[in-house]
Amino acid sequence: MKPRFLRFWMAQLALAPAWLIVIFAYIGTIIWTIQISFTNSKVFPVSNYVGFTQYSRLFASERWIISVQNLAIFGVLFIAGCLVLGFLLAVFLDQKIRAESVFRTIFLYPYALSFIVTGLVWQWTLNPTLGVQQTMRNWGWESFTFDWLSRGDRAIYVIALAGMWQASGLVMAILLAGLRGVDGELWKAAKVDGIPTWRVYVHIVIPILAPMFATATVLLATAVVKVYDLVVALTNGGPGISTEVPAKFVIEYLFQRQNLGLATAASTVMLITVLCVLAPWLYVQYFRTPRSAS
Amino acid sequence: MSSTAITEPSGPRPKHLTVGRIGLYAFLVIAALFFLIPLYVMIVTSLKPMDEIRLGNLFALPMAPSLDAWFKAWSSACTGLNCNGIHVGMLNSIKILVPSVILSISVGAVTGYALSFWRPKGANILFGVLLLGAFIPYQVFLYPLVRMLSMVSLYNSIPGVVFVHAIFGLPLMTLLFRNFYAGIPIDLFKAARVDGGGFWAIFLQLMLPLSTPIIVVAAILQITGIWNDFLFGLIFAGRENFPMTVQLNNVVNSSFGEKEYNVNMAATILTAIVPLVVYFVSGRWFVRGIAAGAVKG
Repeated sequence: MKPRFLRFWMAQLALAPAWLIVIFAYIGTIIWTIQISFTNSKVFPVSNYVGFTQYSRLFASERWIISVQNLAIFGVLFIAGCLVLGFLLAVFLDQKIRAESVFRTIFLYPYALSFIVTGLVWQWTLNPTLGVQQTMRNWGWESFTFDWLSRGDRAIYVIALAGMWQASGLVMAILLAGLRGVDGELWKAAKVDGIPTWRVYVHIVIPILAPMFATATVLLATAVVKVYDLVVALTNGGPGISTEVPAKFVIEYLFQRQNLGLATAASTVMLITVLCVLAPWLYVQYFRTPRSAS
Repeated sequence: MSSTAITEPSGPRPKHLTVGRIGLYAFLVIAALFFLIPLYVMIVTSLKPMDEIRLGNLFALPMAPSLDAWFKAWSSACTGLNCNGIHVGMLNSIKILVPSVILSISVGAVTGYALSFWRPKGANILFGVLLLGAFIPYQVFLYPLVRMLSMVSLYNSIPGVVFVHAIFGLPLMTLLFRNFYAGIPIDLFKAARVDGGGFWAIFLQLMLPLSTPIIVVAAILQITGIWNDFLFGLIFAGRENFPMTVQLNNVVNSSFGEKEYNVNMAATILTAIVPLVVYFVSGRWFVRGIAAGAVKG
């Protein structure tokens, strides 16, 4: 038998594209970005190091603070909303109902749509002059008011609502698969013991579904950090800067406001935040139990 | 989880309707309305002339339905000074989509296969970094990638954006194929090795023919994902090659003068059609894709 490195040279060669992508496009770009964040680069990267100046500028910027606050509001509402609505939909679909596949198709189709389409549809539906508000008034409810899209203090909630509309079906699909995996004997036993259905769900089924909840949460959380196109399409950050988000902040300072130093500092902060949240989950998920087939 | 695909409930249907079951259906119907209303609004708006829209009856059916807005959206909607319609973006999206899907799936399949069966030195490190890459916000990579691509004259071109899609599609594609191959008995692979099969022979003659289900799942994920992409198209494709999502947003959000909501909604539907068709045609496979992407390794 040939030595290991010779036997596997073709496998190594086949992995070359992946290695190149990992080394240059992932690791290399991250290092480059972090390096720029310590300089006072404007339009072009320069090597004039200014320490943490960009970071203190960043956190002194009202626009960034608002972006971070919006991300928190959006993140909490979006994730909690999707989990609750998705769970309810999954449980209700799991009651041996008629036309289940029709309902399932309806609940999941928005997930196939882009955030741009989602944003534009909701922008029009909730249009303050011609949308739902005006329609309700035309129907005789003169005082009906739903003008959140034009209110700086409320528009971020509309973004969360549109996000929930798009992604709740994802949670439903994941949890429904989990519910179908629950042993049917469980329900018979609970019935024999006279335990109310809701208690079975709260005390037995939800703990069984914990890994699916975790998976759904990670998928949703990834979408939260990346949220950009939804905001661009729905409000473009407005009214004013009331619905700015970090991802949009970075893109604008990179490509429109020509402040590379500040933009890369902002993206480095995003990176660190994500890594802090992810590291424990990834460790548990992928590395604690080694794969058996080797 | 991918093996416990969603199945219809079994056993007899409950015989009579109770109050609880009426409540159950009421909830489901209201939820269905919440999900359907935007689609309905989109369709009826696109069929109305503007003076009907100005009346402000969002949910009313069109009194005189017409497809004018659709034709305008397709062939003469304006972005800035260009009034060539959304079909320009659709052509660009197709030109970006086809090579991106083929390239990302091919690289992902080979990488997943090599990681799963051959596991050469450093395979675990590679996989770990790839996984991390799937979760890292794109903002961290963007500027250096722009510089790297302009060094090789790929910035602002379709090959450039295809390349970017392949780069960022790699983690999910690798994960899909690696997990799929992990489910194939290792003895099959060992037998093929004993028979003298090499790296490519085993891949092309043995593994690839077995891989049809996962290729379908990967294709569904990539077609919808790449078609729906906005960020990469905006930054890497260049003004001439903007994909449909970018052009749509430009049509709707930066038009001068009076907004033509019917044209906007027609353009929005046209942009949504490709992923919707994929969704409705693929059915359960779409759900399988979600489950496969979410499954642990």
